[in-house]
Amino acid sequence: MRQKRKERIDRGVKVRAEDIFALTSYREMLYIAVPPAIPVVLLVLLPLILPAYWQKVFISTAVFALLAMSWDFLVSVGMVSLGQALFFGLGAYASGVLDHYFKLPVWLTIPLATVLGGMMSTLFLLPVLRLRGIYFSMVTLVVPLMFERIIEATGVFGGTEGLTRLQPIGNSWVELYVVAIAALVALFGFRRLMTSDYGLVLKAVRDNDRAVMGAALNIYWLKTQALFITACIGAFCGAYMTHLYMFVGMPAFALDYSILPIASAVVGGMGTFAGSFLGAFILVPLSEALRGIGGLRTVIYAMFLVVFIVALPEGIFHYMQRKYQQFERWVDVEK
Amino acid sequence: MLEVTLIYGFINSVILALVALGFNLTFGISGVSNFAYGALYILSGYTVWILINQLGLPFLAAALISVALTGILGALLYQLVLLRVRGQVISEVIATFGVGLAILELFRYMGFTGFEYTLPPFSDGAILIGNTYVDHQRLWIVGAGVAIAVGLYFFTHYTKVGLAFRGIAQEEKTALSLGINSDFMAGVSVAFGSALAAVAAILVLPRGTISVNDGYEVLINAMAVCIVGGLGSTPGVILAAFVIGYAQMITDVLSGPHWKMIVSLVAIFVILVVKPSGLFGKQKELEERI
Repeated sequence: MRQKRKERIDRGVKVRAEDIFALTSYREMLYIAVPPAIPVVLLVLLPLILPAYWQKVFISTAVFALLAMSWDFLVSVGMVSLGQALFFGLGAYASGVLDHYFKLPVWLTIPLATVLGGMMSTLFLLPVLRLRGIYFSMVTLVVPLMFERIIEATGVFGGTEGLTRLQPIGNSWVELYVVAIAALVALFGFRRLMTSDYGLVLKAVRDNDRAVMGAALNIYWLKTQALFITACIGAFCGAYMTHLYMFVGMPAFALDYSILPIASAVVGGMGTFAGSFLGAFILVPLSEALRGIGGLRTVIYAMFLVVFIVALPEGIFHYMQRKYQQFERWVDVEK
Repeated sequence: MLEVTLIYGFINSVILALVALGFNLTFGISGVSNFAYGALYILSGYTVWILINQLGLPFLAAALISVALTGILGALLYQLVLLRVRGQVISEVIATFGVGLAILELFRYMGFTGFEYTLPPFSDGAILIGNTYVDHQRLWIVGAGVAIAVGLYFFTHYTKVGLAFRGIAQEEKTALSLGINSDFMAGVSVAFGSALAAVAAILVLPRGTISVNDGYEVLINAMAVCIVGGLGSTPGVILAAFVIGYAQMITDVLSGPHWKMIVSLVAIFVILVVKPSGLFGKQKELEERI
């Protein structure tokens, strides 16, 4: 019996466009320029054409895209967090407290909460940075729950009621575009960062931390930096949503903010940021469209998560990228 | 007052140990993570309820069927999900956590909440210990907890299957070379752990109503006990259950039930920071922490 195997070869246009830095045709230029332009065009144009309700969905989609990308970043440094809600919640409460007790204006509370929330999360997780793999995940799963319980038990910051009647952001165009631009900056910034020397060192911490230690680099300091970056993004999302809803309360630590970003990153494809971005833009509108079925939504995310982890662990983005860059053909197996 | 705290603290500790033993068998002893544990626990509780109240089976039959079903479900979970991602710890965690979440939220969606969802106790009545009334169900729990803990110790130390469980966690390649089919054994361990979850559920749940949120709480408590006790160590699990159990009871008495839950969370946090391998854990101390 003649056996066949599938062979994948880079497309000519990819090789010409990426390896030889002299582009000779519009086709090659477009080949490089179009894919990065898609998210930019999407995020700039969508707010203009969407109806009012879907504009709100757009904002939460962009927020979840940010959370998913920050999760992805933390994973590229080897720390798998099951609790993005910690960063989100601390940012949300930081901005809520700055607004409610200190009466600061919105343009000050959001940046301040971003940095403060980032710092608090980092300080809080500092002792567990030495843990690896599953143990780090367990701690991150537990910590947001702990905060939720503490707020419930002590009744600080409004307790179970939360802090209400916070200031809104105001202008709806500002609301839409700030978060859209933040998502784009994070997408391209992270992709750029991971190819820089600094990013390579961070990836090396994931791949072989002892080798990095052997190179006389302090991996805990590197992990702290990565954690701070992630935490700041999470805190920004929290602060932003707080002012959008004009409310902060225990739901800021809800499981949704931990699970949906992970699901987005897994569905989209980990390690590329574009995958997490894509995943969020698939899952969040989908879950919004499914709002009618209420509690079943969580079941559906969870099933998405399981099916993708088991059946398509590379995710949608890697699949698309492969199709874009390579062609496949069946060839005879040599005897 | 002191006497009540001591007795109920003891019972609380045994409940924790009972709930944690199944998780310990899978995660602690065999090194397979099953984060759907809490969901399986709740699932078996609802299964018994459905069998008794809707199909009219006697309690004993319902309990046995539920234990068997949960065990089979555990085996299926392993075969369909875990086996495909085995060895990639993070995927194992995310996939099983996803399955657990799906089961629990499905129950919530189907409206399985309310006071009518209770399981019958084994026998009614109470006895007097000193000046404290202790109902029969709690005595059953203590008896079964002790029996299962002792049984599990002998099982993991003196039977081939139990030794194989410990072998695949300690050194999978060596276990393979000694003729242990590690993929199969891991599956058996998930099935056993799930069945133990069902046993724990049937014993513990008659104390109150079955609620979906208990699923998360059970998972966290089981994780806390296993992590504090040290992976792979049954005595460690028992000791940790007593430490956390009494700590919970004392916080409950001193500062109210809201703080009770925080105890296990704090315990996980503290032990992972101070001694990640747990009180008695000896395995892989270096690999967990550099």
